[in-house]
Amino acid sequence: MSTVAVEVPSLPEVHYLNADYGWRSWLFTTDHKRIAWLYLISITFMFAIGGLSATLMRLNLIEPSGLLFEPATYNKLFTAHGLVMIFFFLTQSIPTVLGNFLIPIMIGARDVAFPKINLLSWYIYILGALIFVISLITGGVDTGWTLYTPLSSTYANTNVLSATTGLFITGFSSILTGLNFMVTIHKMRAPGMTWFRLPLFIWAMYATSVIFVLAMPVIAITLALIALERIWHVGIFDPGLGGDPILFQHLFWFFGHPEVYILILPSMGVISELVAAGCRKRIFGYSFVAFSSVAIAAISFMVWGHHMFLTGQSVYAGLVFSALSFAVAIPSAVKVFNWTATMHKASVSFDAPMLYAIGFIGLFTIGGLTGLFLASMGSDVHLHDTYFVVAHFHYVMVGGAIMGYLGGLHLWWPKMTGKMYPEAWARFACLLIFAGFNLTFGPQFILGYVGMPRRYTVYPAEFQVLNVMSSAGASILALGYLIPLIYFAWSAFKVPAAGPNPWGAKGLEWTVASPPPTHNFEETPIVTEEAYAYEPEAAHVG
Amino acid sequence: MSEDVHVHPKFFYVKVFLALIVLTTITTAVAYVDLGVFNTVVALVIAVCKASLVVLFFMHLKEQAGMTRVVIIAAALWLAVLIAITLSDRFTRHWVPSNGPWESSTMAAPQSE
Amino acid sequence: MSAEAHGATLVAEQFDDFEQQKQADTFGMWLFLVTEVLFFGGLFCGYCLYRNVYPEAWAAGSHLLKVTYGAFYTALLICSSLTMALGVRAAMLRLKTSLTVYLILTWIMGAAFVYIKLRYEWYGDFLEGLVPGFNWAPHGENLEMINHFHALLPHVSLFFIFYFCMTGLHALHMVVGVGLLTTLLIFTQQGKNTQGNYNWVEIVGLYWHFVDIVWIFLFPLLYLIGGRYV
Repeated sequence: MSTVAVEVPSLPEVHYLNADYGWRSWLFTTDHKRIAWLYLISITFMFAIGGLSATLMRLNLIEPSGLLFEPATYNKLFTAHGLVMIFFFLTQSIPTVLGNFLIPIMIGARDVAFPKINLLSWYIYILGALIFVISLITGGVDTGWTLYTPLSSTYANTNVLSATTGLFITGFSSILTGLNFMVTIHKMRAPGMTWFRLPLFIWAMYATSVIFVLAMPVIAITLALIALERIWHVGIFDPGLGGDPILFQHLFWFFGHPEVYILILPSMGVISELVAAGCRKRIFGYSFVAFSSVAIAAISFMVWGHHMFLTGQSVYAGLVFSALSFAVAIPSAVKVFNWTATMHKASVSFDAPMLYAIGFIGLFTIGGLTGLFLASMGSDVHLHDTYFVVAHFHYVMVGGAIMGYLGGLHLWWPKMTGKMYPEAWARFACLLIFAGFNLTFGPQFILGYVGMPRRYTVYPAEFQVLNVMSSAGASILALGYLIPLIYFAWSAFKVPAAGPNPWGAKGLEWTVASPPPTHNFEETPIVTEEAYAYEPEAAHVG
Repeated sequence: MSEDVHVHPKFFYVKVFLALIVLTTITTAVAYVDLGVFNTVVALVIAVCKASLVVLFFMHLKEQAGMTRVVIIAAALWLAVLIAITLSDRFTRHWVPSNGPWESSTMAAPQSE
Repeated sequence: MSAEAHGATLVAEQFDDFEQQKQADTFGMWLFLVTEVLFFGGLFCGYCLYRNVYPEAWAAGSHLLKVTYGAFYTALLICSSLTMALGVRAAMLRLKTSLTVYLILTWIMGAAFVYIKLRYEWYGDFLEGLVPGFNWAPHGENLEMINHFHALLPHVSLFFIFYFCMTGLHALHMVVGVGLLTTLLIFTQQGKNTQGNYNWVEIVGLYWHFVDIVWIFLFPLLYLIGGRYV
């Protein structure tokens, strides 16, 4: 590379960021790339709220008797943390930021199928988030993010109604986004872009969109039923009036379990892209990885009862759910094996995106394997509602989903902004996040195993060491998240242009300028090669 | 434009309409006859027939690409999964395993003492 | 294709041609209907569960509803589906007057459905004390019917919750449908739906037929349970 006359990359004269100025051009935009930025800023703000509640929780847990909060307040904290992180940050993170930005470009389209509905989705999200944040500020909710009845529907005296209203509204944002993506991927692929030439990120986003369309309406109607019961005190879920609280749990988890696959599938799609770019090699077993996304989406709808083993559900139904939960681990394992096989004998570059990908593979594997302990009824009897569950889902949602999100942000940052982030700081932040994360959640596996229940503000004194370790890890993790925030913002100003393809990666998004023009392509590309068509000889040590 | 799309004559839609009215009449009339549990079965079968007529002919599914059928079947299937498994939980909750020989000593203990 | 027949300005800029736009719009509406199936589906799930747990209460509650209303609504909606389908056909054939007539007829039937339901059926239920959460107090013949089935009052109340929720959600969708028809009528007057781009009429038609299908299931499930031979 250094022997060739190097052309200093420069920003294109006109691109989507400077094509138009003024707040109206942003708030009334229909450009999917600008909408991605609108989401990026909004969800970062919500992440701060969720992170704040987590910080307060971990501070409280330094002392066995609870350092700062009464149980009633602590209940509101963990509920806020769960609801904000899941419904207002993670559900949106990769789909609406990276998905919105990349899907049309990766398939060779000028925009999504319904750009105005895309913008509407963002406004609906903002409305729901606003209502929800107001419900938090005016007192919050204390039922846990799972809103179990009859506590949430009858007995809670917190802001259940306003919170569920905010959640209900935001759900429609996701439904419309999923619908938009599905139609886009079906109908707007460039000539030659057959299904099996699509990047694996698109397959993952497609599977995610299917789940959006099928699962989110169910939570919508369930939230409406809670609201109904709260307002008119009719006994849909109240056993005193003939209702069945387990019905609520069935309805909730029919949505709730596919929801967690909404959270992880896009991240898996990102990892495929990170691994391919970082190894400059075709993903091993492309069709297996593609089909595994679809398989995960399908099977995920049939395992929801594994959240209900101990709540009065039939043992026989539990058996079926348990078996299917083991089955759903298989496609995930297929992905992990294929990513690893891709890295075999490849020249791996250890840039920040690749570091995030490697971190994901390790942490997601741990998270996934620990899920199997919870999927088998025998061990779940012991582990249900303990910190083991908390550690499991944080390994997949933070060690998995968020690492994928950050890795993707790093890989595509030069594409989105035309500027490169500082590599040394990025690697440092990644390692800090990895270390902080493991220190936070590793001890929680042990805490759960020895019996510390989740959602408790106090605990026996002999658990203090592990809790303090966890809280210490949380502070490191927080620092790790803060650093990219700073250097991403800084990179907008100080850094020279990155050029269209700083990674030397394959994919339609790397053939357009960085940042891309408003309509992505000067003329519609014609696709003639397979995805990840890297030349074997061209791989070099990065 | 109309070369690509087959436009049905008006009477085609009227025929479907009449079939739907007939089915509605039948389903209402059958409700007044005692068929035991089959009342529900007949009612649902007729409802599915009516829905199929609307989907196939009024909504032009017959002329649509295969993907649309997949979409509709997926919706029906997923709803069926939700309802079937929820009901299966409720109705197997009280299936208690029968006392096998290894339990009989503990069960008999209080009396024999 | 005949781009000039559709007018280049009728194709949104993200689409390559009119055919792609039409396919995308139609597929998008079918997907939206899938979400609606699951949205109503939650209520159907609860209904199925409680019907099997409290069959006597469901039969009693169903007998407190009037089959005449139910059958009338069904016939009315089927009729409106016919006029809607004929409207789509008129749009395909670029017949502006026919399209307007069929849209108006559909509009009238949809509005009549909502009006009769609220003004007569629901108001009647309210007068009889059959609205849980508001004035739940069945009396007279209604109470006798409940006792005849040996049903418990709270369970019959549960039936009526599902009745009001499911028909209420359905009525809400009808109102939205009537709103969509109003928009279509305005566009038709402006000449927009009869220049070969019958997309919008077709997708509103899909929505309308779907709402009809929901009612096709609601009618037997709510009004005809337990048989009317009692």
